[in-house]
This record gives sequence, structure tokens and C-alpha cells, in this order.
Amino acid sequence: MIRPEKILPNPSKVKEAILAKYPAKIARKREKSMVVNDPKLDQEIQSNVRTIPGIITQRGCTYAGCKGVVLGPTRDIINLVHGPIGCSFYAWLTRRNQTDPGPDGDNFMNYCFSTDMQDDNIVFGGEKKLKQAIQEAYDIFHPKAIGVFSTCPVGLIGDDVHAVSREMKEKLGDCNVFGFSCEGYKGVSQSAGHHIANNQLFKHVVGLNDEKPTGKYNINLLGEYNIGGDGFEIDRLFKACGINVVCTFSGNSTIGAFEKSHTADLNLVMCHRSINYMAEMMKTKFGIPWIKINFIGAMATAKALRKVGEYFGDKKLKDRIEQVISLEMPEVLKAQEDVKSRTAGKLAMLFVGGSRAHHYQELFKEIGMDVVSAGYEFAHRDDYEGRKVIPTIKVDADSRNIEELTIEKDPERYNLRASVEKMEKLKKKGLEVSDYVGMMSDMQDQSLIVDDITHWESDKLIEYYKPDIFCAGIKEKYVVQKTGIPLKQLHSYDSGGPYAGFKGAINFYKEIDQMTNTKIWKKLKAPWLSSNKESSINAEYVSA
Amino acid sequence: MLLRHTPKEIIKRSALTISPAKTCQPIGAMYAALGVHSCLPHSHGSQGCCSYHRSALTRHYKDPIMAGTSSFTEGSCVFGGQANLLQGISNIFTIYEPDIIAVHTTCLSETIGDDVNQIVQKAKDDGKVPEGKKIIHCNTPSYVGSHVTGFSNMVAGIVKGLAASTGIKTNTINIIPGWVEPSDMREIKRIAKDMGISIVLFPDTSDVVDTPQTGKFKMYPDGGVTQKEMAITGDSKATLALGSFASEAGAKQLDISFKVPFKVLDIPIGLSATDRFIESLSSVAGVKVPDSFVAERGRLVDVITDMSQYFYGKKVALFGDPDQLIPLTEFLIDLNMKPVHMVSGTPGKKFMERIEEVSGDLFKTMNVQNGAQADMFLLHQWIKNEKPDLLIGNTYGKYIARDEGIPFVRMGFPILDRIGHSYFPTVGYSGGIRILEKMLDAILDHKDATCSEIEMELVL
Repeated sequence: MIRPEKILPNPSKVKEAILAKYPAKIARKREKSMVVNDPKLDQEIQSNVRTIPGIITQRGCTYAGCKGVVLGPTRDIINLVHGPIGCSFYAWLTRRNQTDPGPDGDNFMNYCFSTDMQDDNIVFGGEKKLKQAIQEAYDIFHPKAIGVFSTCPVGLIGDDVHAVSREMKEKLGDCNVFGFSCEGYKGVSQSAGHHIANNQLFKHVVGLNDEKPTGKYNINLLGEYNIGGDGFEIDRLFKACGINVVCTFSGNSTIGAFEKSHTADLNLVMCHRSINYMAEMMKTKFGIPWIKINFIGAMATAKALRKVGEYFGDKKLKDRIEQVISLEMPEVLKAQEDVKSRTAGKLAMLFVGGSRAHHYQELFKEIGMDVVSAGYEFAHRDDYEGRKVIPTIKVDADSRNIEELTIEKDPERYNLRASVEKMEKLKKKGLEVSDYVGMMSDMQDQSLIVDDITHWESDKLIEYYKPDIFCAGIKEKYVVQKTGIPLKQLHSYDSGGPYAGFKGAINFYKEIDQMTNTKIWKKLKAPWLSSNKESSINAEYVSA
Repeated sequence: MLLRHTPKEIIKRSALTISPAKTCQPIGAMYAALGVHSCLPHSHGSQGCCSYHRSALTRHYKDPIMAGTSSFTEGSCVFGGQANLLQGISNIFTIYEPDIIAVHTTCLSETIGDDVNQIVQKAKDDGKVPEGKKIIHCNTPSYVGSHVTGFSNMVAGIVKGLAASTGIKTNTINIIPGWVEPSDMREIKRIAKDMGISIVLFPDTSDVVDTPQTGKFKMYPDGGVTQKEMAITGDSKATLALGSFASEAGAKQLDISFKVPFKVLDIPIGLSATDRFIESLSSVAGVKVPDSFVAERGRLVDVITDMSQYFYGKKVALFGDPDQLIPLTEFLIDLNMKPVHMVSGTPGKKFMERIEEVSGDLFKTMNVQNGAQADMFLLHQWIKNEKPDLLIGNTYGKYIARDEGIPFVRMGFPILDRIGHSYFPTVGYSGGIRILEKMLDAILDHKDATCSEIEMELVL
């Protein structure tokens, strides 16, 4: 149903009403994280700052970003969590990363590993137990690699996971053991964990194997985590185009692929927030350029593939890419047209991730829906405003605690894959070369952007806008649905997916159609509570 | 194979836990606090703890789970979390307006040694707690015990913070149901009502985590034990604590504070444990068991006699929490089934003692372990050495069930991939029928799917 007339609230008034509830100091702080968008202006939004205690945030911790997000999808590494049991338990299979180990490949993702620290480990230190746990993991599973993840108490009691890892790596001989100082209290959100994961993977794994790839067009896909099989759909398209994926960071990945990833000729960055560090470090050390792409949305997918064609500049490749696109698009357009007849004019809101709130707007646009408000959970200003603002971002105490690696050109293996002139030329053609323009310039005028949204704020947005669909995560899912509005999880996709690529786009259209048009939303009220049925009881008739 | 690296040969471990049959304390405290009306749980630690607990409980209940966090940063670890908690308390009362905040600690705030009692006192002294509002709290170090311990600690915290006495004794019975589902809590209240006994059940998550869809979100749903109800628990005649691991501490606290005598019973799962519950309730309250319960019991016994052939001698592997496993084991033995393998990550000697008591001679033949390294990896290895006919446990069991081709019944926490536990109780006589139905469905569906075509039967 197309809304006959959309009367949207004035976003400045909405913002005012939201802030009115807060104590003055909180209101002043939150005010800076809420921006009424004007895509033509350079507007600043406060982000990547501390969450105010008690505010009810969507955010998680650094450990979640490091172990859960970046390393979680790698199947042949044992992710050993050093800490009390909970941290490992909660990150056990809950993110829906699919992996394909084949009939006899290594796959430790279905297991959960922990040192299960007890009070005596807290008092007397946990290093001995950690060493023993690494030994036991090695003896039972003989993995190629073991990653050790620090939880909050580990940092506090001073266990040195890096020293233990070095010692055990040497002792075991054929197992790469390395640690992550990703205690939950570091940084201000999951984001710090992404950075720490990037650093350690780069230091300990990337570049260990110089074996050249066999394909003609060799790329890495960065920041794609194969939730609900997204990565498989993207791989299918690459294959159809003749593009060889050396390594995906980190959906369906293996340690072996990470080790060889520096042999690719181009890095494609999907989730800018979680993986841009890796792209930059590989550029500096190995001379691999990166471009920002997005496989969420059919048009975005076509654009992403064309960017790869443009980069390699080979007519044969370009033709093949066009062929794939023209083969895939008819079905997409058919589904689009069908679904659009029921979804056009509906309103969506997205509060999720460090990239997804931006990427998924493509899919909503394709079925005629308007995104009236959006924001990220753990992004930085560059994800909103574009990388151009990076030099102006003030580094605060929380960010300063996260190690920034100093990377230099590899004396032997640095190989500038494309000349500066070539990249400048590509930039002019609209490729985001080493760049990301951010979400705000893509969003419509007067849309309301909110960073690290609180429960109070989302509750008010729903009240004022009455959106047709709200996108966030599991904690928000039933809170929003209890207001009578469907919520689509865009972290783990509820039970659905893939949503990437062409087939994924069709899946998403259908999913949104089902969610917004399912009959049950019209039956929330008991019939006897409907106002037009008030005097329907005839006492005489009933008694007769 | 999903768990392709699990070897049959059991290698002794002393440091590595693989696929645990437990989680950490704070989530239990959060769940218990949700069982108090108009109470917002608050996690004093890093944001991730609160986020993980809310996510896990949300996935289990498919309902809103609201809670606040102190959002520790590196600075808070150095200077202590007092400033964060004070700010959190003030913001929660201003913005979210609960009647009560229930603060629990985490491994982080415990390790740095934050004194929550003192911080709460300071919040009161500084005027951050509005008139008539309350803060209750408990310590839940994640490196001690398990999620069950955290539940138990918060129950004691609820008693410390909210229980009171007028000095005049009443005939009311306090019931602490343990970590059970809202459906179970509802059923226990129904049983007491049908017996004509006035009770205060706490914590009570019915109508909190199983709320109706009405198109209106209530931050503080209708359910939960009220402050008014808690304020008379000190006058009650007695307390029945269901499950020693989750409920005894709260009952003891009521005894210490108000001299309310208590009795520890098993959670009424299965025939014998329900019999003891009904008889205890009847004798403590001094009421005769109504005839309707003879019929209720009879229906359960009837199903057992009718279906006995499918249960008799069947081997069962189980994992979960002690308070559930003890009466469940007893029930399985009542059915002439054979519990063969059992693990619980929750430590405590009492578990083994009670399992031995309810298992009798069978105990010698069983693999049972709890506490350190009593995990699902070990359970799976035992299963590889002796294959059971049925596996009972939380959702994580499905990986073992599929690899080994064992019928699987979901019971315990968390259940992430099926519904029902919120709505259909497993306690009481009718809850017993539900357990039978679930086991029969699993066993007979497996038989129908795997028997030869010749052996396929219409009537079972």
C-alpha cells in the first residue's frame, strides 16, 4: 500500500523532544550525536565516544569486536578465550557465520574454548593455566593456529598473553600461537576490538606464505563475514566473472588464506569500520591498493563488480562482468517490481553496525522505501562523514589506548600494484580509491542521524515516525516488535540470508515484504476491544 | 560432521574447557532481577557483559530483556567504577523511571574491588535515589560458580533489599521457584491457588519475559513479585526453596533476617519430586490436598503406564543445571529409563550426592561429573563410547545429536532455536506429561524416520 500522503515529523522538533527528558549535561552530550542531515553540507557528528552509563545502549565490548566479529568466522584456528567462562560462552555460534570446511577440513567453529578462570587464577595469576590450556588444545586438536583472547580480568591481574603465546609457539613448533589484548573495557565499543584484531592478524599471520595465486585477477575481500551465507553469494559472482578471491577477511576464511593474502593485487573493502586498518596496512607494506565497494543491493553489487573491472582495465573481464550482470538482473528486477507494489512509500529506520546502516539503505531504495532515520552502533566520524575528516578527528584517551601499528614498506615484497596516476584516473571515474565517502552524503535531506542510539531515543523515534520497519539487533528486536512494528536484525539477519549480491537482494526484498505485510500486524487488538464494536451486545438476545 | 574433531579416546584435561555446560554468574542475577516488578537490572562492568546477557536471555525468551550497564572504560578500571555507577543510577531513575534498580557485579568490578554496598549508600546520601525508589544488589564474580550461583545470589539480594516483617505471623508460604521458566512459575502459582494456599512466589518472571503482543511496549511489564508482596515475606509461616543451588541462599537469608523457617525441596519435575512438593506444601500450609490433584496425578501416571514400553531401559545422556538434573534423573529412573552420562558445569558436591541418592544402584554404572571440565566435549566423548537412545539438554546439544544420530529433547538454558518453554511448564504433574510428550515425540519421530519400510507402523 502506498501511503497517500506522508506527513513526516520535523526532525529538529523530534530531536528537541528526545533531549528534553535528559538531565542538562547528558542532553548536551547527546545533542552532538544527533544530526538533522543536509547532504550538501559538511556536518559533524559526535561518534566513537564513551557511552553514558545507565543510558541503555546497543553497544557491546572490545572482546566482542575482536573475537566475535573478526576472528570468529575463521574455521581452522582455535579461538581460546582466557577468562571466566561467560565471554567464550556468549560468543559461541551466536553470529551465524557460515563456513564450508568440506567433508574433512578443519572446523573448530562449532566448539567453544575457554580457560574458565576461577578465583584462585584471579588471585595468583592465570598464565600457568593458560599455558596448560594451550598445550591441551594442541594435544587434542593439533590446530594450525591458536588465538588467545584476553577478557577483562586478564588485563587487570597482568597476565601476559603475548609472552605466553610466544613461549608456546616456540614450544609447539608447528602451531602459530598469538594473543589479543582485547579486554572488554578497552575503547568505547566493539570498534576497538576490530582494530586490535586487524593489528594482530597483520603482525602474526599476513605475509607468512608468498605462494603466488593462480588466478588472473586476484583480489581480497575485506570486511565480509559470511553471515547467513553472504560471502558464498559474493564468491559465486566472483567466480562467474573470473575473479579469484585470495582471501576474505574473514567470512569462510582459513589461516592459510590469511597467510597468502598479501599476494593479491587489489583489496575490496566492504565493512569499512571493521577492516579499514588492514587495508591501509597492506597498502603501506605491500603496495596493494584498496577500493570501497558494497555488495548489499543489486545496483550496488553491479557497481562493485564494475569497479573491479575498471581497476584491472581488461576488456575481456569487463565484458564478462557485464554478461554476468545482465544475466542476473532480470530476475532481480522481476522480484523488485513485484515487491515494490506492496512496499513503496513505506518508512524504514536502521540503527546497526559500522557499515550496515549505510549499505542496507540500497536495498530499501530498490523497493521504494524511504530511510527516514539511521545511525551506527560503533562507527567513527569517517563512517558518517567520509575519510576526508580523519585528519581532523581528535584522538581521545580511549582511542589512544588502542595500539596504532607503525607500518613500513616491506623491503623485498613491496610492489606497487597500480601507479599513482592510474589510481588518480580511477578516482576520477568515481571509484572510492583508498576512500569512503560515508553515510551522510548518501542520505536524504532532513533525515535524522543518531549515533549510538539509546533505548529512550529509539522509543521516541518510533512514536514520532511510526516507521514500517526498524532494523537493529537481537536486544532491540522484541522491544520494537512489541510496539507493533517489525524489526529486522541486520547483525545476524534473524534466521535469513544471504542478502548480499543479486540472489541476496531478492531474498531481502521478499523478507521485507513478508515482514511488513504479514497479516498478524493487523490483528494485534482483540476484536472486542475495537471501538466500533461497543454496543453490539444485545442483552435480551443473549439471555433468550 | 559438525563436531568432527571430538575423539573417542578421553584425554584428561586440567585447564581447558571445551563447549561448557554452564555460563557465568551475572546472567543469572539479571534473570532473577527481572522477576521483581518494575525493576531494572544493572550490570556493573563493561558494556559487553550487559549486551551478551541481554542477547542470550532475549534469544531464549523472544521477549524484551531490558537492563542497564555502567559502561566501564580503561579509566574506570584504574580509578574504580564508583563514578560510573553513580551516574548510571541517576540516569536510570531520571530517564527510565523504574521503582527498583538491581545492581549485580561482574568479574571486572569484582577484580578491581568495587564496594557496591558503599556506592549504593553514597547514591542515597547524594540524593540520587528518588523518594520511594530502591536499589538492591548482590555480588556475582564470574570466576566463581556458574550462572546458577548468580541467580542464587540475586535471590538473596532481593531478600536483603526488599523482604520485611510486620512482626505478625501469617499463613502465607514463600516459594522460591529456582531458575525455572515463566511457565513453571505460573504453574506453581496455579497449583498453590488450587490448593487454597496463599503464597508469595519470588522471583517471578511470568508476565515479564512471556508478555502478550498488544501493540504496546511496556518497559516494566505487569508481572514480577511486587515490593508489597516482598514486604510481607518476613511474616510468612515458612519458605519452600525449590532446588538447593538456586534457592537455598534466599531462603536462608529470610531465616536469618526474620526467622522464617525453610525447607529445601527439589524442583517439582517428574512424578516423585512433584509428590514431595505437593505433600510438603500441604503439610507446611496445613491444608488437605484437594481431590483434583489425585486426578491430575493420575493423568500423569496413566500416560506412563500407557507408554512404558517406549521408555523402559532406554539410555539417556543429559547436561544442564543441578537443580533440574536431580529431579529429572529421578523421573527418568521412575520411568525405568537409564541415565548413562551426565555433566553439569556448575560446581558443588551436593550435586553428586543427590544424583547418587536418586539413582541408587544405577549410580555405579553412570558417568557423572560436575564442575571443572565437566563440559559437553566430555559428554560427547562418553557418548562416543556408549551411545544413548536419547539426549536431553539445551540447544547446544543439537550438534552432538545430529552427529551421533540421537533423538534430542531440549530442556534447560538456553533454548535458542525452539519455542514452548515460556508457555508450557515442565513442573508439576501436567509438566511431567509435557516431558513425556517431548521424549516420546523425539524417540518415535526418530523411529519413524529411520526404521525400515517393512517395520513402518501406523499405530504406535
